[in-house]
Amino acid sequence: MFSSTTFDILHQRDVMLLFLQGLGVTLQLFACSAVGAFLLGAILASLHFVGRVPSLLVQVFVGYHRNVPAIVQFMVWYFGIPQLFPQSWTGWTDEHLTGFFFAVVALTLNAAAYISEDLRSGFRAVPNGQYEAARALGLSYVTTLRRVLMPQAVRASLPALINQAVSLFKATSLAMAIGVAEMMYIARQVDGATYATFASYLVPTVLYLACTLSLMACGEWLQNRLATR
Amino acid sequence: MLDILDRFGLSLLIGQAPHGPLGGIALTLLMSLAALMLAFPLAILVALARGSAWKPVRRVAAVYVYVIRGIPLLLLIFWAYFVLPLMTGFDAPASVTVVAALIVYEAAFLGEAIRGAIAALPAGQMEASRALGLGYWRTVRHVILPQALFNCLPSIVNQFIMIVKDTSLAYIVGAHEATFAATQINAQLLTQPLQVYLILAGIYFVLCYALSQLSKLLERRVTLRRNRPVAQAPLTEASA
Repeated sequence: MFSSTTFDILHQRDVMLLFLQGLGVTLQLFACSAVGAFLLGAILASLHFVGRVPSLLVQVFVGYHRNVPAIVQFMVWYFGIPQLFPQSWTGWTDEHLTGFFFAVVALTLNAAAYISEDLRSGFRAVPNGQYEAARALGLSYVTTLRRVLMPQAVRASLPALINQAVSLFKATSLAMAIGVAEMMYIARQVDGATYATFASYLVPTVLYLACTLSLMACGEWLQNRLATR
Repeated sequence: MLDILDRFGLSLLIGQAPHGPLGGIALTLLMSLAALMLAFPLAILVALARGSAWKPVRRVAAVYVYVIRGIPLLLLIFWAYFVLPLMTGFDAPASVTVVAALIVYEAAFLGEAIRGAIAALPAGQMEASRALGLGYWRTVRHVILPQALFNCLPSIVNQFIMIVKDTSLAYIVGAHEATFAATQINAQLLTQPLQVYLILAGIYFVLCYALSQLSKLLERRVTLRRNRPVAQAPLTEASA
């Protein structure tokens, strides 16, 4: 267990390079999904103001993503959805719709559902007069939303959004279940190949903590900067 | 869909229960309940340690909470399943190791929820109780915790929803819970992955949605209770 060999892999360049590649894939998954989830979340949150039917549809979307385990959502996308494609597409889909693609789709939709709820409660924190004043000044509905309401809603829900970002970063680890070679997948591979079990899981632990703790620290800094002056 | 349910419904529900190990949704619920019950006392300790008057205790609790919040649950499950047996020489079944990982993981999150509820109590509660001569532990037991835990009942239920969803990760290390059962069924059918996984999603949805409605109900009850007018002490002859 703590034989001299377990930490040997830490000095092996190719093993450490593998881990760094895994970290790269994790960061890519996170970056793509974070951008997509925030945009989609903002759109979904705004849809609540449009009318009753869109609002209801958003609630169904949010209900599905909040009450079903993320890993099951991954499976529905990766194993289930390709079943709907016609046979003739098979060549193209196998080439272009990889595990990485479906992982990003699943992560984006999942995080968007949570983010839209956070923004929605952020909107509730913005006084009604803000909307009325902006409209009275002649700003269009979309401009009001984008320049007046959204910034304030984001500020109000910032702590929750930071939490979502950390959760999303952690959720990228689920992509290993559909064969994406991110950090956890690499850890399993290294463990299987070298039997240096302890070190194989120690490295991703340190890397994950470095990333998530910096995310939390950035969040703190942002919050202090955006604090209503 | 219906034909799948007809053929495999029982194995989704209880695994190979009468003849083999318990599995399926029954195991999912069993693991979730075990994790909640066992994480609960640990979570209370974490909450108290985070607000302790002793700096070292506060430090240790803070490090614990931040480390756990900073790593994916899957990694913790791998630590429990692959690394711990090597360190202790103790080999436990997959479902037990996952419950152990869930306890450690959830104690941090539940602990933060309870800490929030304790912080939300008026400071006068602690002060009045100490002024009446109750010691720290008696104050915590009879004054602070009953109120704080009641106030955070909704978030305890929400944590339970998280736990039910999180047990699905156990299939990766081969525990026979609902998600594992579904992957087995899918491997047998081979042609209907979408139906199988949508059924699985539906099962989790029904479970967790029902729990979230319970959480909303409790939320209303807690709010009502909080806003109840405080009973007035009857005027006695002496004070009149």
